[in-house]
Amino acid sequence: MSFPWAKHYEPKQPLMRWLDEKLPVPRLVYNAVGAGYPVPRNLNYFWNFGVLAGAALGIQIITGIVLAMHYAANAGVAFGSVEGIMRDVNAGWFLRYAHANGASMFLLVVYIHIARGLYYGSYKAPREMVWLLGVVIFLLMMATAFMGYVLPWGQMSFWGAQVITGFFSAIPLVGETIRVWLLGGYAPDNAALNRFFSLHYLLPFVIAGVIILHIWALHIPGSNNPTGVDVKGEQDTVPFHPYYTAKDAVGLGVFMLLFALLLFFSPNLLGHPDNYIEANPLSTPAHIVPEWYFLPFYAILKSFTADFILPAKLWGVLAMFGSILLLFFLPWLDSSPVRSANYRPKYRGFLIVLLFDVILLGYVGGAEANARNVILGQIASGYYFAHFLIILPWVSRSERPRPLPGSITEAVLAKHGGTSPAQTALASN
Amino acid sequence: MVRAISTLVGLAFVGVLALALFFTAKDAIQNPAPEAAEHEFHLHPRDAALSSAGYFGTFDRRQVQRGFQVYKEVCAACHSLKYVAFRDLKEIGYTEAEVKAIANQWVIEQPSINPDTGEATTRKNVASDHFPSPFANEVAARAANNNALPPDLSLMTKARHDGANYVFSLVGKGAYRPQPAELVEKFPGAKTPEGLHYNPYFANLNIAMPPPLTSDGQVTYTDGTAATHDQMAKDVAAFLTWTAEPKLESRHAAGFASVIFIAIFCFLAWGAYQNVWRDVKH
Ligand code: HEC
Ligand code: HEM
Repeated sequence: MSFPWAKHYEPKQPLMRWLDEKLPVPRLVYNAVGAGYPVPRNLNYFWNFGVLAGAALGIQIITGIVLAMHYAANAGVAFGSVEGIMRDVNAGWFLRYAHANGASMFLLVVYIHIARGLYYGSYKAPREMVWLLGVVIFLLMMATAFMGYVLPWGQMSFWGAQVITGFFSAIPLVGETIRVWLLGGYAPDNAALNRFFSLHYLLPFVIAGVIILHIWALHIPGSNNPTGVDVKGEQDTVPFHPYYTAKDAVGLGVFMLLFALLLFFSPNLLGHPDNYIEANPLSTPAHIVPEWYFLPFYAILKSFTADFILPAKLWGVLAMFGSILLLFFLPWLDSSPVRSANYRPKYRGFLIVLLFDVILLGYVGGAEANARNVILGQIASGYYFAHFLIILPWVSRSERPRPLPGSITEAVLAKHGGTSPAQTALASN
Repeated sequence: MVRAISTLVGLAFVGVLALALFFTAKDAIQNPAPEAAEHEFHLHPRDAALSSAGYFGTFDRRQVQRGFQVYKEVCAACHSLKYVAFRDLKEIGYTEAEVKAIANQWVIEQPSINPDTGEATTRKNVASDHFPSPFANEVAARAANNNALPPDLSLMTKARHDGANYVFSLVGKGAYRPQPAELVEKFPGAKTPEGLHYNPYFANLNIAMPPPLTSDGQVTYTDGTAATHDQMAKDVAAFLTWTAEPKLESRHAAGFASVIFIAIFCFLAWGAYQNVWRDVKH
């Protein structure tokens, strides 16, 4: 893997040499995120988000493990045990708010990471596998976040679980049986809470495993870059360390700053007040809404209000899952050989519309279901599917891309004005 | 081939959505949604201007103590506070001895078991007890309150939008008022039912709680503050802000320190970044 000019790990210290012979972990790190991994020199800040997602996962795992030492997964006491964490556990409030807001930060970072992939065509050959594994990670994250939200056993936990598991009952014939089997009962209760806790603890480690594959797959072709043009030679790359470790540190700082502001000064901003009311199967909240990061998908679900061959509810569920599953096919839906949207004027336009479309879906997902909002949601859902399934395949065939730069270095130098040989020489060290 | 299949699938989704849109629009035109009294007459909370509000908020301990007095003398007759223990009162400025005395003199006793006979009984509260519920169970609570259940107040200010201001407004001056004549005129079906009370801050306008604060001077403050109706409402809102988020002050302090620390980190990281990339155009 990697490029022929990649630096080689040569331990000088006897101890490190000894370790390299027995168990070459330092070598692995050196080649993965050290000086041994050559990376395009022109990456912008959008390339920080993969590392930020990794950091967010780390934060979730650490805070989560400590929370689990104090949490009790039993429907009778779960809510109270969380209040115990908030009041009586040393720095318990910090752990809980860090974990709850950490989930939001994680999803935020991953959404930007995905948008980066869409914009710069990182899902295309030769990085299809990186993308596919990414979508698997995204699905696992959604499942983890959903089950985590059930654990405090507040009103939204309970009714969210009720609604989400209710999707399965839309499946013809066997749906209800599947729902009851998944929940371990007719409604969410102790059995459901216990299995959700078990899986919520397990899945982050599965995610960590898939991330290793994700990065492994990435390191075979190496990172894409804002021009989308392949690396042509050594002058196009810099070693990951120290160049991108330094840049990632800046991104990490900004991420931590935003995280701290949220956690310490507005920890309930993204939560729902109803989740501070203990779960009560006999009292349905006025509005059941999921966490903000699920709202666009919730809006798609709610937009299917008419029966057509299949019942409306089944269409909604199919569309909601379909809206994510179609990402698996993206590398083949887009046949344009040009990666970066910077050189694809039409695709770029439609992609920017999609961005606003998803934000609109998010708004509709959380808003009251009156006629105006339902219609907005239907239009926005329509665009979502049309974008990926109709517009993208046709645009990628018909559009005429703008001329690509000859190489990454050429693009960099053009940005800095002029391409005299002296500058090329300077730029290539 | 891919293009043909994806176009068909796309058209299926878009087509069903178009159909759904058509029916939604048709329905909206034929049966416009009826207006609801809650929409038109519900009021957003008034601002209690508590010192705990805002990014650097801290508790005004004397106010929180006054609010505790209001809770003790008025609200505790119906509302429990089950996540708060007497010992926690030390955090709002009571001494160890005061806390013991408060627990010992609390009117409602802790459920307990007679050590000799094993029969259910009650005992005096101690500092480590949580506040006891005024009712033995939900049935008793409902029986005493016209079949409504007074909710636990420990988390109330976090369990409602804009909670502190909400509690202040809900029990503050002028919240309980005669139902406006326009409302009954426009929505004859929405007349406040017998046993409920009109209160425009409550989500559905008609609340089962009888007005808990009714006149100035209902509570006699030991610190000499004039106990106007709104003052008592503000103070109890301040107290309930503390019960819901007792660690608010340490959180703000830790946040302040963390933000400064991280800002310095950002600054250093930025410097290192500039330095490392100094000779490489990118
Ligand atoms: C006579 C009994 C009684 C007293 C005294 C009382 N309440 Fe209530 N309270 C109730 C009942 C009953 C409800 C339930 C109302 C309903 O659901 O309609 C309630 C509900 C509430 C609610 C929740 C409203 C909502 O949004 O669901 C708050 C807040 C509240 N009371 C605050 C107070 C405060 C503060 C005091 C003291 C100043 C107080 N109450 C004193 C009986 C009482
Ligand atoms: C737990 C969540 C995730 C973690 C920790 C993670 C981590 C990473 C890391 C460290 C990189 C390399 C740095 C970078 O390019 O930003 C990367 C690249 C990539 N990721 Fe992820 N990722 C996650 C989720 C996803 C998801 C959900 C997708 C898409 C559905 C995705 C798609 C990609 C792609 C396409 C690349 C290659 C980017 C390029 O070279 O331009 N990732 N990921």
